[in-house]
Amino acid sequence: MTVSTAPRRKIRFQIRPIAAVCLLVVLFWIIVALFAPLLVHYPAGDMVSYDYFGPMSKEYWLGTDYLGRDIYSRLIVGTRYTIGIAFVGLILAALIGITLGLLAAAFGGVFDTILSRAIDTFVGIPNLLLALVIVAGGGSSIPILIGAITVIFFPGCYRFTRSMAVNVNALDFISAARARGEGHFYIMIHEILPNIAGPIMADLGLRFVHIILLLSGLSFLGLGVQPPNADWGALVRENMIGISYGSPAVVVPSLALASLALAINLLIDNLPQRIRDQLE
Amino acid sequence: MTKYPKTAGETLVSIKDLRVTATTDSGRTIEILKGVSFNVRRGEVLALIGESGSGKTTIALSLLAYARAGCHFSGGRVLFDGVDLITLDEGARRKLRGNKVSYVPQSAAASFNPSKKIMDQVVEVAEIHGILDKASARDKAIGLFRSLSLPSPETIGDRYPHQVSGGQIQRLAAAMALLGDPELVVFDEPTTALDVTTQIEVLKAFKSAILDRGMTGVYVSHDLAVVAQISDRIIVLKDGEIQEAGKTEQIVGAPAHPYTQALISAFEPVEAKAAGSRLANGAVLEMRDVVAGYGNMKSDGKPHIIAVDGVSFALQRGHSLGVIGESGCGKSTLLRVAAGLLPAASGACVLDGKDLRPQVSARSKEELRKMQIVFQLADTALNPAQTVGNIIGRPLTFYHGMKGETRDKQVIELLDMVRMPAQFRHRLPRELSGGQRQRINLARALAAKPDVLLCDEITSALDTVVAAKVLELLKELQRELHLSYLFVSHDIHTVQSLCDEVMVMFGGKKLETFAAADLHAEARHPYTKLLASSLPTLDPGWLDNLKQDPELVRKFAHA
Repeated sequence: MTVSTAPRRKIRFQIRPIAAVCLLVVLFWIIVALFAPLLVHYPAGDMVSYDYFGPMSKEYWLGTDYLGRDIYSRLIVGTRYTIGIAFVGLILAALIGITLGLLAAAFGGVFDTILSRAIDTFVGIPNLLLALVIVAGGGSSIPILIGAITVIFFPGCYRFTRSMAVNVNALDFISAARARGEGHFYIMIHEILPNIAGPIMADLGLRFVHIILLLSGLSFLGLGVQPPNADWGALVRENMIGISYGSPAVVVPSLALASLALAINLLIDNLPQRIRDQLE
Repeated sequence: MTKYPKTAGETLVSIKDLRVTATTDSGRTIEILKGVSFNVRRGEVLALIGESGSGKTTIALSLLAYARAGCHFSGGRVLFDGVDLITLDEGARRKLRGNKVSYVPQSAAASFNPSKKIMDQVVEVAEIHGILDKASARDKAIGLFRSLSLPSPETIGDRYPHQVSGGQIQRLAAAMALLGDPELVVFDEPTTALDVTTQIEVLKAFKSAILDRGMTGVYVSHDLAVVAQISDRIIVLKDGEIQEAGKTEQIVGAPAHPYTQALISAFEPVEAKAAGSRLANGAVLEMRDVVAGYGNMKSDGKPHIIAVDGVSFALQRGHSLGVIGESGCGKSTLLRVAAGLLPAASGACVLDGKDLRPQVSARSKEELRKMQIVFQLADTALNPAQTVGNIIGRPLTFYHGMKGETRDKQVIELLDMVRMPAQFRHRLPRELSGGQRQRINLARALAAKPDVLLCDEITSALDTVVAAKVLELLKELQRELHLSYLFVSHDIHTVQSLCDEVMVMFGGKKLETFAAADLHAEARHPYTKLLASSLPTLDPGWLDNLKQDPELVRKFAHA
């Protein structure tokens, strides 16, 4: 008997052009965030020009801000804050939300009911309000911001995971595993999770956009990343009066924010059909 | 079968070299119909028969100038009264549908709007096409209800869809299709989802309606026996091509094509094992006075809805016990109780002389290993995210602690046992056919090295020819591995061919148990007789000659 090896699985996805473009945009921002220290021209907090709200030029690629700081360097460093905080917050929220969602679906019954109702109370509080309360109580620092994002976004992850997992949990292969005597944790990890991973990833992508927008909103209110550092939202806020001078200092971070949010949204809308089928 | 002089002869529909293609997710193009040509003459009923994926429904829908999402007509013509339906624009097609050609779907329950009264939906066709005013449409509908022998035809239209039974809603859907006096009616497996006793009522109603009106019909089905009762001509399809076409008597009596012969041979009366051919050598599984059901417990310790009510049986080692009954009789629940998936409210379950706890979580690994369950729908019983090798390998690791190469070898051996090549262990379930999936399902259960297999309608979702092969495999495995089967089915033929003993259930209760060979004995319970007589045979005159006690039908059939 010849023991054959597993053939390599070809992934037959049809990739749409718009999805490819969006993926490139997202990758671009990720690379910028990763290599930010190598890309900056000036230290982000330094006032390098006497010309405030200066135009785009050879020295200052994207102009200068209201204190004469280089927008290009501040944008690059801001990318790190925006994407970094949002990403860590998302991972934490996803870990908590997905774990609890799977637990609720696998155990069911009273446990599910109590957990779901408890988490529903979080959903009842508006996002920005809850963020304001947390930041007001704990002061504005990066760990507090990440904690606020986790608290605000894990109920959504939980509810999404639970609803998908409950559907899978009702299928016969789960009954077969239970009749075999498998434990709840095996069923959660090996039987349910692989079948809902695609939709969950897509959902997390959309949540990432929400987080970035919330974070920018907080910074815009002055409660986000504190000066002299700034994320994209803070950049928009501090340079707001520059809009009457037609300064790039306010337009550029806005565009950055819009491009990332749009790209992620469109990317998920144009995911390969097979993942989209699972989403519906 | 012409009782009524028909104006047969004139061609109503002529399909010429029809091709339909579909595009899959991965962008591949597959041909569903590969050049199909046939005619339907006025006043005849033509049957399209074939297994799932043979293209029979695609042909039927093309008569309504409709191709399902993802499919499109890529060649050929569908001439209806001389007009090519494929070239018509959407507006003209809409005028045709329901008016000149109408459709009776497989699941009528799903095609009725649950929030509107039945009558309003039945007369809708007449309103849309402006054929009749509301009052006369109602009168006509009531007439149709009467001729389809629906109970209280005057008032049944005032009910909502959930207030009528499965057999009734199927006939109401037929009434809806007939209201516009269409020239052609397309029946798409209209009785497949019904119980056998109900199916008879519906078939009789369809047949008399067809004869009374001299209707032209296209009847799609996978069941040759049903088709033999109702059609004048039969076309046998496989993989989008016509295999054989001919008069019903010829196809059923003297099939020329090997595929048709295979279909027919699946109907040949099976030789039941003679009673007492094998000695009973002690019960391996025994259930005593089991009561189980769903919903909250009531104060008397019984569940709110009782699905299994005081059932007892003993399964002898190496034997098979068939459990038959119609939908809702509690036969599947009984299996779930035995497997511990639904804990019994009271009663005992004894495996190998040891009392089993009601919940699966309270049973020991060894007890669980001895009894394995195989589910009806292999599509949902296999985890779509795992390869075949992992699916079969898991019980090996779980019960026997096998790993790595030993496990891989055992998986190959198990695949061989269910007659599948070793290479299949790298595949995902969606890359297998229905019959192959059911074999994997079986292999997973065998991996535990069980004594008892609990089989829940495992051949019901399979095509006739494939199901026959799976049954054959079950018999061989029983001989080789000395397995005992508790085999649940609604099909009396299947049970008779596989099982030593048969248990009949009705309304959650056991009616009787008898040796499979004694099915036709005089002493059988009247319901058993009704079940046995309700199964259509290939004889085209079977339905006309069928005599059933109306009292009995009223008592037991849910039509």
